[in-house]
Amino acid sequence: MLDSSLRSNRLPAAPGVGYKPQHFDQILDHAHPVGWLEIHAENYMGDGGRPLAQLRHLSEQFPISVHGVGLSIGGEGPLDPDHLSRLKHLVGWLNPASFSEHLAWSTHDSHFLNDLLPLPNTDETLARVCEHIDQVQETVGRQMLLENPSSYLAFEESTWSEPDFLREIARRTGCGLLLDVNNVFVSATNLEFSPQGYIDAYPLENVHEIHLGGHDEDEDDHGRPLLIDSHGREVVDPVWALLDYVLDRSGPKPVLIEWDTDVPEWPILRAEAERAQAALDRIPA
Amino acid sequence: MSVSQTTFHEALLDPSAAVPDGLLDAEDRPAGRRFSVYRNNVAVSLTEAMHQAFPVITRLLGPQNMDGLAGIFLRKHPPSSPLMMFYGEEFPAFLAGMEQLSHIGYLADVARLELALRRSYHAADSQGVAPDALALPPEEIVLAKLEFAPSMRVVRSDWPLFSIWRFNSEEDAPKPAPGAEDVLITRPDYDPAPHLMPKGGADWIAHVQAGHTIGEAFEHTSAEFPEFDLGATLALLLQGGAITSVTIERLAT
Repeated sequence: MLDSSLRSNRLPAAPGVGYKPQHFDQILDHAHPVGWLEIHAENYMGDGGRPLAQLRHLSEQFPISVHGVGLSIGGEGPLDPDHLSRLKHLVGWLNPASFSEHLAWSTHDSHFLNDLLPLPNTDETLARVCEHIDQVQETVGRQMLLENPSSYLAFEESTWSEPDFLREIARRTGCGLLLDVNNVFVSATNLEFSPQGYIDAYPLENVHEIHLGGHDEDEDDHGRPLLIDSHGREVVDPVWALLDYVLDRSGPKPVLIEWDTDVPEWPILRAEAERAQAALDRIPA
Repeated sequence: MSVSQTTFHEALLDPSAAVPDGLLDAEDRPAGRRFSVYRNNVAVSLTEAMHQAFPVITRLLGPQNMDGLAGIFLRKHPPSSPLMMFYGEEFPAFLAGMEQLSHIGYLADVARLELALRRSYHAADSQGVAPDALALPPEEIVLAKLEFAPSMRVVRSDWPLFSIWRFNSEEDAPKPAPGAEDVLITRPDYDPAPHLMPKGGADWIAHVQAGHTIGEAFEHTSAEFPEFDLGATLALLLQGGAITSVTIERLAT
């Protein structure tokens, strides 16, 4: 369980975007209304060069969120000690406003698979994930946020609903939550549950950041819709509506636009951030 | 039915393997092609990483052939760490071992050069000495010991590696002529730049790195490469900010 004194600085309740190096100059000149930036931790674990120089520069002007994609918190094996110390080093020198990772696994037998792979919601997974989160928070020395996955299939063995599962992890470890609203919409469509029902059951009081992103549409073997979390286009209207539903219940939160493939020109990404600002503006502060 | 990560992992990397039991859709039917989303994500993201990591190899082989090669490579050598910026260390040896590619003997060296460029890009920052740091009397220069920037890299080749790289990276570059070329990579600011290394320069740098003075390294090198041009080698290193310290142990007077 995390010492509450380690719940340090927070992101502002403003729109943020996932930082891409091609936007460096324009972010410095035309950031508004973007109030903070998120980086993928693994891209800033080299020894030096332009990535770290840009990050140092940006961190003087913007709160930074460090978002890990490679820790494999749900992995059956132990956490990679080398990767943990790289995270500790990055979070140590950067002192970001937030640090987050995923409820997923990505490494097995020392193979890193470069994807966020799904976990069954069982007591066994719960115990393992909590143990790993304890280890991360103790090593890195601060609270982490845990992000809900996007699901394409279900595990027969699961015994917990996802909102209850996340609530229990947060209760046991003291971690915060990162609510990816697009992931909720993708999972709800793919596994045919109500996204509003998910939000109603979800512990919004533990949410310190929200993610939005675009998804692709496909079909399964039976012609049912199969949404894929691709981060390669605009956020769709039903996801914006679900964001409103969340914000009405949670109050203002930091809202991030993720766009990782087919990255657009800065004005297009900024327009998405403006839409997030509009969603924040419609709720009473 | 529980699905272990070992089972999931094996089915993920083997497209001919059955989808593991215990994975379902919303109506409790077998997951079928829903599982393929993960298969596809892994294969597509790693293939994309290989294209980005080896742009000249991709140009030499064509994107479709690169897709095919990456598909074999990523199953044989999945990343061993989440640092995707360094993915592909085994690619040169993999290329050298592909019989179908043995008629393009220089591919492995091109891959080594592309890896070295990426290593240089992410290497620690350093400050090069002033361009006139070696403007000294010859008897002092020979006594100097040097340290090089972490971003400096040397890639040796029996092929005209620099010319091949240039021909496939720059417009209007001349066609490569036969002959061995070593490559020196320097990184003046943040962009690694390959240069044609003067003959013998790779040996001379290795001698200096082993702790020899400029003069000792020169003697060792010119014994094997009488044409070795020390001045040209030093100029490339100085211009590229690749010399980070000059130490002269003066003889006792």
